[in-house]
Amino acid sequence: MQTVAIEGGFLDGPVQSSRAFRQIMNALARPGTICALDGAEPPAPLSIAAATLMLTLCDHETPIYLGDGYDTSDIRQWITFHTGASIVAPQKAAFAIGDWNGLPLDQFPIGTPEYPDRSTTVIVECPALVAQGATLSGPGIKAKAALSLPELKAFQRNAALFPLGLDFFFTHGNQIAGLPRTTKVT
Amino acid sequence: MSAYNFAYLDEQTKRMIRRAILKGLAIPGYQVPFASREMPMPYGWGTGGVQVTASVLMPEDTLKVIDQGADDTTNAVSIRRFFERTAGVAVTEATVEASVIQTRHRIPEEPLQAGQILVYQVPIPEPLRFLEPSEVETRKMHSLEEYGLMHVKLYEDISQHGAIATAYAYPVKVEGRYVMDPSPIPKFDNPKLEMEAIQLFGAGREQRIYAIPPFTQVVSLDFDDYPFAPTKADHACDLCGAEDSYLDELIVDDAGGRMFMCSDTDYCLTRRKAGHIGAQGVPYEEASV
Repeated sequence: MQTVAIEGGFLDGPVQSSRAFRQIMNALARPGTICALDGAEPPAPLSIAAATLMLTLCDHETPIYLGDGYDTSDIRQWITFHTGASIVAPQKAAFAIGDWNGLPLDQFPIGTPEYPDRSTTVIVECPALVAQGATLSGPGIKAKAALSLPELKAFQRNAALFPLGLDFFFTHGNQIAGLPRTTKVT
Repeated sequence: MSAYNFAYLDEQTKRMIRRAILKGLAIPGYQVPFASREMPMPYGWGTGGVQVTASVLMPEDTLKVIDQGADDTTNAVSIRRFFERTAGVAVTEATVEASVIQTRHRIPEEPLQAGQILVYQVPIPEPLRFLEPSEVETRKMHSLEEYGLMHVKLYEDISQHGAIATAYAYPVKVEGRYVMDPSPIPKFDNPKLEMEAIQLFGAGREQRIYAIPPFTQVVSLDFDDYPFAPTKADHACDLCGAEDSYLDELIVDDAGGRMFMCSDTDYCLTRRKAGHIGAQGVPYEEASV
């Protein structure tokens, strides 16, 4: 095993993950809010924010799908060492990570009518993340919010599936923003 | 403190609960199953709320715990001490100073702010449970959005009592989709469920977590001709004179003498410190608090 795989985790797991979770929760509970998230030092091209989210939320109970460009031996080893999560096909993924064009959105589980929570949480690595672009409304948003999204159609289709659907996080560097299935995008 | 992991729970448990919290926020009002742990307190004492609090606390937090609005009851004091010892967090009785508030059956009178988190202890998370005992059936009813039974129950209230007699744990519909039990808060508190803070609900024995994100639509169920009305004792607080707060009624002697006082002890004390005096109150300086 390369040293790259065993370095870059939390130095103080319980405390760092508690702070990281607060940022992650705020990001998802307030769509359009960009939060700072760091702690992990992952192998490229994994962003600090995406890797910190994985350290905080992923373990042997959460299979992960790696999108095109992210399914490298360095990243696989890093995830395996730090979280114990298995790397799986999109149909079995609890979490998925990749850039927008490398994620097969139509293949992820969206939950069932009786268990809508059994769906994939998708982490989209973005070239930039700013609070402008698409207009957001819905739970967690006072009136309107704005967020740079890779496209609109996919998120409108996803919101129409409610209460089923995927939940998204967007990451760039040490920034994270959330977009749950309840958010309406125009 | 060093004898425990931060905030008592092990990291794998916290990850599992944190994932459930995120699903709850993404599907407001839906009850997410989670693998509730044994806690060092009996069921019914807030094991669900404690697990949620343990999973959201960070060292910089200031924790407030209330039981029926009061900071100084056994349940509130012991949970506050529990997190002082296992998480080393600061604690407070002041609503405005708290970043995380765990509550049993009340929402503080002081409106909560964006940076705050309200954690509810929930005994029975399923609003349909007393109407339909089968979990398989209630799950199906939620999936089909089949809530007629709940309206029948409220209608039977009206036909028997002339009004909707449900006074606490009054069912709400969240974001136009899931009917949810707001935990046994008085229906006086229902309008406050639309707030700026994140609300998390934990039911330990029943192994469910659910959530309401900020600014989420929460509607108390009612009928056009019998609209929802929050109710409270028709009285002012005898200690601080507040007319807008939820009141507890206290029997004070053997002759049936009674007094009304704010259920939210911090709200009452803050008002008394500010110079408000109720019918049976004394100025704050002279009171031995």
